[in-house]
Amino acid sequence: MSLRTFGNRVGRIEDPALLTGNGRFIDDIKWPELAHAAFVRSPLGHAAITAIDTSAALEVPGVLAVYTAADFAPLLKIDRLIVGLPSPAYRQDVNRPVLAKDEVVHVGEPVAIVIAKDRYIAEDAAALVNVDYEILPAIGDARAALEKASPTVHRGAPHNLLAEFDVAYGDVARAFAGAPHVFRETLWQHRGGGHSLECRGAVARYDANEERLTLFSSTQTPHTAMRLLCDMLGWDEHRVRVITPDVGGGFGPKLIFYPEDVAVPLAAILLQRPVKWVEDRREHFVATTQERDQFWDVEIAVDGEARILGVRGTLIHEHGAYTARGVNLPYESAQTVTLAYEVPAYHLGVKLALTNKVPVTPVRGAGQPQGAFAMERLLDRVARELNLDRAEVRRRNLVATEKMPYAKPLKSRGGMQVVLDSGNYPEMQRMVLDAVGWDDFRARQLAARASGRYIGLGLANFVKGTGRGPFEPVTIRLGPSGKIHIMTGAAAMGQSTKTMLAQIVADQFGGAMDNIIVTAGDTAVIPMGMGGFNSRQAVMAGSSAHLAAVKLREKTLAIGAKLLNVSADELDIDAGFVHVKTRPKIAASLSDIARAVAGIPGLALPGGIAPGLEASEAFVRDEMAFANGAGAAEVEVDTETGEVVLRRFVIAHDCGRVINPMIVDGQIVGAAAHGIGNALFEWMGFDADCQPITATLADYMLITSTETPHIEVLHMESPSPLNPLGVKGVGECGVMPSAPAIMSAIEDALSPFGVKITRTPIMPSEILAAIHAARREKLRADPL
Amino acid sequence: MSETRKIAVTINGKRYEEEVEVRWTLADFMRQQLGLTGTHLGCEHGVCGACTILFDGYSARSCLMLAVQADGHEILTVEGIAPSEDQMHPLQEAFRDNHGLQCGFCTPGMLTTLLEFLRDNPDPTEQEVRIAISGNLCRCTGYQGIVAAALDAAQRLKAAKEAS
Repeated sequence: MSLRTFGNRVGRIEDPALLTGNGRFIDDIKWPELAHAAFVRSPLGHAAITAIDTSAALEVPGVLAVYTAADFAPLLKIDRLIVGLPSPAYRQDVNRPVLAKDEVVHVGEPVAIVIAKDRYIAEDAAALVNVDYEILPAIGDARAALEKASPTVHRGAPHNLLAEFDVAYGDVARAFAGAPHVFRETLWQHRGGGHSLECRGAVARYDANEERLTLFSSTQTPHTAMRLLCDMLGWDEHRVRVITPDVGGGFGPKLIFYPEDVAVPLAAILLQRPVKWVEDRREHFVATTQERDQFWDVEIAVDGEARILGVRGTLIHEHGAYTARGVNLPYESAQTVTLAYEVPAYHLGVKLALTNKVPVTPVRGAGQPQGAFAMERLLDRVARELNLDRAEVRRRNLVATEKMPYAKPLKSRGGMQVVLDSGNYPEMQRMVLDAVGWDDFRARQLAARASGRYIGLGLANFVKGTGRGPFEPVTIRLGPSGKIHIMTGAAAMGQSTKTMLAQIVADQFGGAMDNIIVTAGDTAVIPMGMGGFNSRQAVMAGSSAHLAAVKLREKTLAIGAKLLNVSADELDIDAGFVHVKTRPKIAASLSDIARAVAGIPGLALPGGIAPGLEASEAFVRDEMAFANGAGAAEVEVDTETGEVVLRRFVIAHDCGRVINPMIVDGQIVGAAAHGIGNALFEWMGFDADCQPITATLADYMLITSTETPHIEVLHMESPSPLNPLGVKGVGECGVMPSAPAIMSAIEDALSPFGVKITRTPIMPSEILAAIHAARREKLRADPL
Repeated sequence: MSETRKIAVTINGKRYEEEVEVRWTLADFMRQQLGLTGTHLGCEHGVCGACTILFDGYSARSCLMLAVQADGHEILTVEGIAPSEDQMHPLQEAFRDNHGLQCGFCTPGMLTTLLEFLRDNPDPTEQEVRIAISGNLCRCTGYQGIVAAALDAAQRLKAAKEAS
């Protein structure tokens, strides 16, 4: 009997190499004659470049070259990185140059590249490149940037409005006009960077014999990188190969195509020597894209029973200095607000503001956590104002299970109808409440307060769009070695993509994982690919892998039938052999079967079967599979220090059918920890001149093991009808409830003080300030 | 700028005699000059812990040491943890079985840190494990799988010791 791996806790095929120091990450790529690059970057938020003098740098022994924009210009057919996802919302185009020519618009923008025999020398010389800057006004606050009198982020630009759009449905004016209750919240939401432990990197080699360029890049989107390089160089596709080696975490920023991804190959072409650049952490803080500020002004209208009548408001989203991805991030924020609930009317006006800071692009969750945060804060407000239980308010408004699939009157960024495909939202909330002891908590809280301790419980629901289409191709080949090779445009960056695909394919070939090789992220093995982002790979690549594997199994059995003189339906596959089900000793190895169709000169193929054993599929699905869940946080707040200790964190989630419970739990827990860090620790700060002030990991705090609680995970499996596997994405879901549940819990803990939280993250100093402000407010209202 | 010294260092039981640039960090020396790329660099300012090695048996950040400081000393890196090429150390097995790694970039530092910790504290509590790895950042796992792996490894090591 064949072993089934789908649904089981199967060990990862990635692990042995990674555990023994045998992984191959970008900084491990080595070629003879490899030269090393360091970038000269803008030290200013906004300045005009009046002169660049490279002479002193060129005199440093060991320096091979220094290139500026002028050196690259002759090689470039297109000299900007045109990467913005299409949208009618843009009001101006601000695309990044490879190297700044006459203006820099954020600290960290690359101005020149120094190539030397080692990185130490390259950095010495980079410090000697003399750039004359004329300081221009830098604008860092997204709200101020949109004011008429604001200086512009780009010299000569008409304004700082990058794009604007509305996400809306229903008659929101009417909903509010007749509403018994309207509550308004002004929220500041800040998220930091992706901060994968591995920074970015690029290693390029130009082979003059083949006239081909090979780029190793720690990218989540190798095929996009290949296409953009071809576009910019004016080359055809066969001349550029992009390979993604092991990637030490992605979390969003690595899906972006960067100036360094062009500058390093250009240097390799000019120098006729392979060139490596690996970003250091300081560079990561100033040159890798981040998420940052969103300013929300939203109100909710409810009836006397706390049923939602409408939600409306505005969102100002900080875009940074250039377009490095597009309008998708705030679009996802806006689209997510109402997803989990029945909201009859909605209108959010969204503006994207340019600022003199490194561009903003998605981090794990891509704007959706902010949308959920806005909604959950509003619902807590409703509960407080109407003196209702926070869970009860949500229960009355969650999308009812019997309405699934539930068409939201919303259009996706691509103009498609948003349909919640499956799930049981109220049950998820109930599971979390039961686990966390919601109903008994009040007594515990009062007892704690009696002993001077402030504990609180918070809740948040979420619905998360996953499985972004339209497709992700997979090719599977069974070679004469008897090994099965899976090739895909999907990109692995630590989320077990290779194991996931191997499991899906193994199930069609007897379940043996050790017979499978996966190449994810090499443009030479598969012509098309979209890559890793938006919790899409199990849904899109997984479905393609399944369809291709079913096809390849059929052909394998058909060849086996010819070789063994039986009919295909009498056969099964197990342990590397096709065998007759009733007489397992009558068998042919997978190697024999592959050889039978590999061709022998002059001999006919068996029974008219087409040559080779290969199947390719690109499962197409435009609609997103909506995963959902709920989270609850129990906190204790120290009212003397402002410290928040997360005592418990429970998350229930539904990602449809689970391919590997170990991996799914790992994704949920890891993302939840990321969200907890976002809520309590991570803040990317800048001063008034747009100088980053948190540019080391000592200043910018990533969550550590002692601040992370044991995260409890609960499961529900509502198969998605949208793909053959019934799966939904999981990678980003854990982030979703973290911040809103934690803020709700802190507010609950501090309810005796009347503290209201309208921001994320919140640090101890701000909690103390909020307690003091609430105390002052109370004194004013009710003097002794 | 290119002053060098000759150093002798033993890494994973193998003795190296090398001419090193005096300003090169130990991490860069091991990775680039010796090709021992298992040790990873995540921040190069001593915070993330990915580059942690055992230096004469004690955990140290190889990004904050110079190669010349290793002269005459003994180092263990991730490449030297497994007893043989086809057998992993119980700590590595526990990481595999408890999903103690995702991208694997912080893993070398986690393994070396925990090797030292479990040697000194063979029967730890969960909280002690969390404190032990609190100087090592992981962005993937939320630390849960790593903590579980460490506790599991402690049991495995204890069982192996009792068996022998």
